[in-house]
Amino acid sequence: MDLHIAGQSPDRDERSAVDSVLGPLQAGKVESYHLQQERPDRSKRHLLLPVLHAINSRVGWISPGALNYACSRLNLPPAEAFGVADFYGLFSMKPRPRAVIHVCDDIACLIRGAPAICEQLAGRLGPPGAAEPSSGLTWLRSPCLGLCERAPAALVSAAGPKPWECALAPARADALLAAADQPEHRPEAPPVPTSRSVPQQGQPGLRLLRRVGRLQPESLKDHLAQGGYEALRRAVELGPERVIREVMDSKLVGRGGAAFPAGRKWEAVYRARSSQPVRYLVCNADESEPGTFKDRVIMEEDPYLLIESMTIAGVATGCERGFLYVRGEYPLAFERLSHAIRQARRHGFLGKRILNLDLSFDIEVRRGAGAYICGEETALFNSIEGYRGEPRNKPPFPTEVGLFGRPTLVNNVETLVNVPGIVLWGGRSFAAVGTPGSTGTKLFCLSGHVGRPGVYEVPFGASLASLLELAGGVGGSGRLQGVLIGGAAGTFLSPRELDTPMTFEGTRAIGAALGSAVVMPFDDSVDLSRILLRIAAFFRDESCGQCVPCRVGTVRQEEALFRLFGGDVQGIGQAPLQLAEIGQVMSDASICGLGHTASSAIQSALARWDEFSGLRQGLNPDH
Amino acid sequence: MEKKKPAIQERLPFNEPAPCPTVPVPPGPIPAPPPAAPRDQVTLTVDDKTVRVPEGSTLLEACRTLGIDTPTLCYLENLNPVNVCRVCVVELEGSRTLVPACSRRVENGMVIRTDSERVRLSRRMVLEFLASSVNVSTAPELQAYLEQYGGQPERFGPAAPPEAAEEPGTERPAVDCPTDGRTAATVAQPVKIDNDLYIRDYSKCILCYKCVQACGEEAQNTFAIAVAGRGFDSRISTEYSVPLPDSACVYCGNCIGVCPTGALMFKSEYDMREAGTWKESDQERTDTICPYCGVGCTLTLHVQENQIVKVTSPLDQEVTRGHLCIKGRFGWQFVRGKGRKK
Repeated sequence: MDLHIAGQSPDRDERSAVDSVLGPLQAGKVESYHLQQERPDRSKRHLLLPVLHAINSRVGWISPGALNYACSRLNLPPAEAFGVADFYGLFSMKPRPRAVIHVCDDIACLIRGAPAICEQLAGRLGPPGAAEPSSGLTWLRSPCLGLCERAPAALVSAAGPKPWECALAPARADALLAAADQPEHRPEAPPVPTSRSVPQQGQPGLRLLRRVGRLQPESLKDHLAQGGYEALRRAVELGPERVIREVMDSKLVGRGGAAFPAGRKWEAVYRARSSQPVRYLVCNADESEPGTFKDRVIMEEDPYLLIESMTIAGVATGCERGFLYVRGEYPLAFERLSHAIRQARRHGFLGKRILNLDLSFDIEVRRGAGAYICGEETALFNSIEGYRGEPRNKPPFPTEVGLFGRPTLVNNVETLVNVPGIVLWGGRSFAAVGTPGSTGTKLFCLSGHVGRPGVYEVPFGASLASLLELAGGVGGSGRLQGVLIGGAAGTFLSPRELDTPMTFEGTRAIGAALGSAVVMPFDDSVDLSRILLRIAAFFRDESCGQCVPCRVGTVRQEEALFRLFGGDVQGIGQAPLQLAEIGQVMSDASICGLGHTASSAIQSALARWDEFSGLRQGLNPDH
Repeated sequence: MEKKKPAIQERLPFNEPAPCPTVPVPPGPIPAPPPAAPRDQVTLTVDDKTVRVPEGSTLLEACRTLGIDTPTLCYLENLNPVNVCRVCVVELEGSRTLVPACSRRVENGMVIRTDSERVRLSRRMVLEFLASSVNVSTAPELQAYLEQYGGQPERFGPAAPPEAAEEPGTERPAVDCPTDGRTAATVAQPVKIDNDLYIRDYSKCILCYKCVQACGEEAQNTFAIAVAGRGFDSRISTEYSVPLPDSACVYCGNCIGVCPTGALMFKSEYDMREAGTWKESDQERTDTICPYCGVGCTLTLHVQENQIVKVTSPLDQEVTRGHLCIKGRFGWQFVRGKGRKK
């Protein structure tokens, strides 16, 4: 391939942004295209996403000069790199103001003050994204920022020589404007006690949240003083096969939404060692399901726990390189994890000769850039490799052909942080907690109209009603209309279904799914049709666009919902049938889980049509 | 550590005189190459019929062995299947979802249904989705399938008016609702005419990815175009949507060769269609060998009223599997050149 790079050459800023990731340009050193094809893991293409981040935060947008320079350094065709950059929501492909306020108007924030913030910002700055680049400040609406327990949430980012990002929740319009007005200085976010996110903080009986609030998240010393790396030492003592057996015995299943037995993945990747010496571990920390924030809390408050868990997984399955893919909207988690990794490496807990033994394992952190679909495991691989985050067809499954074409173990954050406990106390004792089909404890994300929103850890088996009670009961008006469980890809339940046990098998029995363990109650004042339309808009925005059922189906679904809720009286008769058919083709024929579940919450709400007073209100004509 | 191979002089007895300087050529025709090792056969059931196909075949190939008509749009024999259009989906017993026939490999004991209610619904919906969002007027195959499956694309409402001339997708619509449900969103946009050889009408694009494959590593290795944007906003684009002359395009036209909907079209064909003089039924197709170089690609000349109006190449052509270069594809004007000796 002859690289054809025409047009603008980079200015100093653009060059320094790219060089900050790739190092200074060395004459005559160009990566061979052959390498990209034959040994993608040795090629530098996987640095495309970090390079794009560097450009966006230095220049403020992905400028042609910078992209051209990055392409010449990585030996990439500009059209392809443009296609990758244009895929992500956090990158701008045209000039925009240096400071950007991302206001979450997703379901949890929608009922807790986001519309008022949007209105105030629109009054000051005009419609979202409309401001001139020279004005220095603009605002955008954003999908769920994963700060639902402190809704309404917003994320302010400022590009420049010293770029910064800052999440504000609860957010106020004046505070956002004040923060964004001085892009040179990172604002001091008002301190929020961890008990706001983890109301159970300090209570006995917690496993995963045991240490939250009791240690300095940045401090390796604290981690070591509170039992850190005991589990890794124990895992090394036990040896890979025994560790994997304990994970099997624990019956731990994936906490990311698909509920696949973790032990089976571990074993498959371990078994592949004879034919495939190079294998990878990937931690899926691209937590983007609306209403989900449990992984964020773990990563922010106990980062070393995750780093140690990944190390155990890497050592047990024989992967020497791990990737930690953190959602782009989690700047604090990214910062703390990067710091924790540096510390662990410096003190011999990562890198070559871990614990002074003949073991090596290291972790690279990657930041997502605003794409829900990258939480799908194969889309995540593509994203890491420097391609568009489009899911791959399965089979083959990641344990056979995963990251860089190698067998790959991919686990969610919460799944992994269960592992140290399993290693220390044994799989059987782990499985003794919970129900036979759902072992251990579970983190639930309670937000919306609930007394004390936050992450709650309970042994599997608790009913939906008892979870709500634990979190202070129904908030808002106190009269419950319905509960969304599992997030935008989840299911609406009516008050009559509150005795549903919140286990994998319990939710499955009523045709629902635990998903990412979102529990979001809505009081009777909420216009549920607005919520459904927001969910439909979410999937329309977040569909990757690769397959027809999802690319067009998510659009047609939103249109049909508008007709259903009174936008067009003529269309009402047809709308329910259309929605059912659209739902069926998306769940039957889409490539990946996003398409399969893009109609699930909407269909579940329509199935409980008579029980939700807020659906019959129809659309308020003012909206 | 790999054992070091002996130096080439040690392996080959160059120092000794060759025993026989020439190998006598046996009389008679050149013998055929030995047959390839037979592949293992896989047995599966398709629509209650048992079929045996070689290992590594796809479900689509198994269906075709049985003569079962399976619609395809993003599939083409000379490209790797990307299975994005999902119109070829079939029902696989034991699978929660339908599976794409074009890419799914056969396995022993598979039980497949190609004409169940579920399959028909999915195929009809995919065709309706495409026909309601894309201009399919120059995609006769798609129209035929639409009719066969009883699709009614107009039921999603009248087509939305085309977006203003602004380049689509430069600003993500984000969560500001661009719809009110009164109209059905489409990909309508102006035709891109930026060179003399071919035009790009992306209002006819179903995003089958074939042009990107042909431009990239599956044929031309030029990478002038890629998929950009996301969701409904996804589109085929050069970097920053620059016109083709500013891009890496080498005008091989292999993207036109694989386009199933006429979104990519010879300028000659486009002009004739605009003028109303394009008459496909009157055209004669003649196969010939490209006169330019020694590769010997087969050209299919499409001739209307004694004029070459476009050039294609058969997909099963051994040399380049239907792909050509700029000269073979576009360089036919000399045939009727004024100075040419008759």
